[in-house]
Amino acid sequence: MVATTEALTLKSETPRRKRRDLIPWMFVAPCMMVILLVTVFPTIYSLGLSLTKWEIGLQERPFIGLGNYIELFSTARFWRSLLITLLVVVVGVSIEFLLGFGLAQTLSGPMKGKRFIVAALLLPVMVMPVVVGYTWRLLWDAQYGPINQIIGWIIGQPFTYTWLAKTETALLAILVTEIWQWTPFMFLVFLSGLAVLDPEIFEAADIDGASGWTKLWYMTLPLMRPIIVVALLIRGLDALKFFDIIFTLTGGGPGNSTETLSFYIYQMGYQFFRLGYGAAASFVLLVFLAVFLTYLLKAFKAAVER
Amino acid sequence: MGLRTRKLLARSIRYVIAVVALAFFLFPIVWIILTAFKTPSEFLKSPPVWIPQTPNLIYFEHVIKTGGLRALSNTLIISTSTTLLALLIGSLAAYALARYRVGGDNLPFFILSQRFMPPVAVIFPFLLFFKTLRWMDTHQALILIYLTFNLPYAVWMMRGFFMEIPREIEESALVDGCTPLGAFWRIALPLVSPGLVATGVFCFIFSWAEFFFAVAITKSQAITLSVYIVNFFGKMMVQWGEIGATSIVSMVPLFILSFFVQRYLVRGLTLGAVK
Repeated sequence: MVATTEALTLKSETPRRKRRDLIPWMFVAPCMMVILLVTVFPTIYSLGLSLTKWEIGLQERPFIGLGNYIELFSTARFWRSLLITLLVVVVGVSIEFLLGFGLAQTLSGPMKGKRFIVAALLLPVMVMPVVVGYTWRLLWDAQYGPINQIIGWIIGQPFTYTWLAKTETALLAILVTEIWQWTPFMFLVFLSGLAVLDPEIFEAADIDGASGWTKLWYMTLPLMRPIIVVALLIRGLDALKFFDIIFTLTGGGPGNSTETLSFYIYQMGYQFFRLGYGAAASFVLLVFLAVFLTYLLKAFKAAVER
Repeated sequence: MGLRTRKLLARSIRYVIAVVALAFFLFPIVWIILTAFKTPSEFLKSPPVWIPQTPNLIYFEHVIKTGGLRALSNTLIISTSTTLLALLIGSLAAYALARYRVGGDNLPFFILSQRFMPPVAVIFPFLLFFKTLRWMDTHQALILIYLTFNLPYAVWMMRGFFMEIPREIEESALVDGCTPLGAFWRIALPLVSPGLVATGVFCFIFSWAEFFFAVAITKSQAITLSVYIVNFFGKMMVQWGEIGATSIVSMVPLFILSFFVQRYLVRGLTLGAVK
């Protein structure tokens, strides 16, 4: 295209050509202005905020350098929230991947009623996370929840375990909820990835007498690698910001044992009005995100060049 | 075991797995829908009653009476406005990125990376700005803030769609004296209209379901459905019927929309990486 525009404009006089070269930049300008205004500038401002003591009741906003960060790194509650965030990102997303891939592998290929099955399996992705949190809170409920009821049927006596009142089972509930909502995403992505694999190489493998596992390990997985990487990274990046389901499912409790980093920062800002401290914590999240993002952009570039 | 029985067995296992998966993924949705039609003596019974015996609509009435309609219209106004803005500004930029390669390879990726900005990293500055501007709890505050994720998304998706259409028609139009803006508006944009609709639907869905910014910025006037529903979860009492009814109102439009963009679902959810 660059060459064509050159050819088109070569004969015209120079001022007009210069104006033509500027036009694409003018197309991008409104977008860049909005991005600078709503993301870049607030992020830089937030960095400044994280270096000051900005709290309610204080008349002054003194510059305290790395004070907030030092306090942050010596706070157990912060480390805990970071750990829980990583738990969701690593364990939750891995299980989603395994379940989603297994399900896609099982259901790929022609099948009666497949359109309906796929459309129905996808519904969890389209439910507001806030609603997902409340729904599962009701499902896990010790007295009014069907989960305890079903367990009761199986063991043959009333079962009233308070899942969300104990840290370990509350974490389990969070993971199950996250897995419930996002396994369908993995399933859908892998299902469409599997659909475009060339069936001929699998037929060739069949003739050579390759077993199902051999085909999966040496053919399907390597061929699906780019898609798997992108799906894992997109999910991981979103899970790093995990907030809505914590808010409605456990409220960070019991105590504050199931807080994610986003939830902890929200609490610092909205419950304690510690904006400088909260901003410092948000920069730690940003660093993690940047690492993931670097890999994601590489994966995207690879996908584009493929 | 003969080949036929093995084939039959393999086929039935597939259906068994499909049924188990459907049960697991649909049960919670069915449960919250049923809750909206139960009486308190049914959802507050231990163990719970599964099927409402006397289905009623009182929770929907209650939701309408207590400001549910306002929350719904706020959500519609905010989601539609931010979607239209993102599409308008975004597709113009995407066109320049795709056709004129403005900013080379790096600018598109820079814009894409903004899509993943964590809300907590920008919320405190926004809070301070909106307080100063007296924009707290207003539509325009959320519309603007939702552009943080919708605009990068729209640019990235639309760039992909523009790169797929042939450029010859635009080039001949340019030779015939059409302005670049005219070529974009009258020729390229109509050609990518399916992509434009799909991108718009996804922007709408993201804004519709958004919670973090909404709960941080709105209180009563500009409250969206996701924040409205939280009001029914009291410290003393949980109004499960109203939560169920609001959940239905929030789910149905997204289910319908996702059905319309089924062809673009994978592409939309993976930011164009998987087509």
